[in-house]
Amino acid sequence: MKPAPFSYLAPRSREEAIDALRRHGPEAKILAGGQSLVPLLAMRLARPAIILDVNRIADLAFIAAGSRKIAIGAMTRQRTVEADATLGARVPLLRETLRWVGHPQIRTRGTIGGSMAHADPSAELPAVAAILDSSFTLQSARGLRTLTAAEFFTGYLTTALAPDELLTEVRFAAPPANAGWAFHEVARRHGDFALAGVAALVRMDGDRRCTDARLAFVGVGPGPVRVPDAEQHLVGRAITQAVADEMARIVQGALDPDGDIHASAAYRRHVAGVLAARAVLEAAGRTRVQA
Amino acid sequence: MTHALVRTHINGTEVARTVEVRRTLVDFIREDAGLTGTHVGCEHGVCGACTVLLDGQPVRSCLLFAVQADGSQVTTVEALGTPETLSPLQQAFVEHHGLQCGFCTPGFLMSAHALLRDDAHASDEAIRDALGGHLCRCTGYQSILEAVRAAAGRGT
Repeated sequence: MKPAPFSYLAPRSREEAIDALRRHGPEAKILAGGQSLVPLLAMRLARPAIILDVNRIADLAFIAAGSRKIAIGAMTRQRTVEADATLGARVPLLRETLRWVGHPQIRTRGTIGGSMAHADPSAELPAVAAILDSSFTLQSARGLRTLTAAEFFTGYLTTALAPDELLTEVRFAAPPANAGWAFHEVARRHGDFALAGVAALVRMDGDRRCTDARLAFVGVGPGPVRVPDAEQHLVGRAITQAVADEMARIVQGALDPDGDIHASAAYRRHVAGVLAARAVLEAAGRTRVQA
Repeated sequence: MTHALVRTHINGTEVARTVEVRRTLVDFIREDAGLTGTHVGCEHGVCGACTVLLDGQPVRSCLLFAVQADGSQVTTVEALGTPETLSPLQQAFVEHHGLQCGFCTPGFLMSAHALLRDDAHASDEAIRDALGGHLCRCTGYQSILEAVRAAAGRGT
């Protein structure tokens, strides 16, 4: 299983990369971590004429963690984000989620931006982006634009990236320190593609009633899936097992996953609800009372 | 460009070859550098048999193109020890039956080597986490875990 022949470019700067995309966009594929792309090339499911390797562009890898806003360069390795102490303190959800992304060897090369741009429906990081008020920065010779997660993830393995565009960074708002968070996933083996998963963020008031809840599901739709009715069900309520179970039934009623050889639609739908209940209870347990 | 000169250091020795840009690092290591200790299993990043260290970190060499290792240091299983002088980790695999056919073994060794280098007395959880991306068809994994535990100074 060898890739079909391709031509190769390895720009050393963003400007070089942008110019290469301007000239070759439609026939070029960007190579970031390669942990998703190279298997596709090996199996010849993708046969781009040109591979544009952006691994030599040093300033695309960075972590800028302000007190509320966090910016992560697209080429930042997943392993780097996982190990970053500041991110671990500000956005513990990210470190927890990354534990589920492949294996350490994958995360050594895999990048934050690459995972987002590949937009696999069973990818974990897009779900986290979907609940963290994210903004995606896309750059081309035509200029710069920023998109929300909902605008960025447009379908199965599809994003709003134009053929001449490069994702340069993802920004998101660090959740308030008193927010509770959780990430749950079911896969056949740890590190396998998620069959279903959920990222959750909740906030409570002084009476332990939920004031804000966000859930994004993995593996049950073309991209990360939010279920507003389920989130609304929690607001104003104490998150008890009974409330979580009611919410889970709303989730199961709302989701419409596809089935495949790894898991049926019914299985994914059922498990998503179960994981949602576990996640909101765990997240509730992690909240601290808002001041 | 369809071909490129790749200049890399493998186990401390410079290897420079002009190859097709689509040549994977594992094929470069095996065919161009003649180091066949690293194995090609699934060739799509699932089995871990191709694991080497790139600038000290474990990577799947079937998911890298050789040209991407230009200017980098690659470490393969041949660096750990020789048939005459096995490394303590390799010796632990021998003593604890951590291999049968040996096909997956170099990959396991490289990940275990990197783990114990960074965490000499790695816990069971850390060992499982580091090795979870490797498949073995022969041993059932328990003897591999025992071998690494022993090498971590925590054997029974």
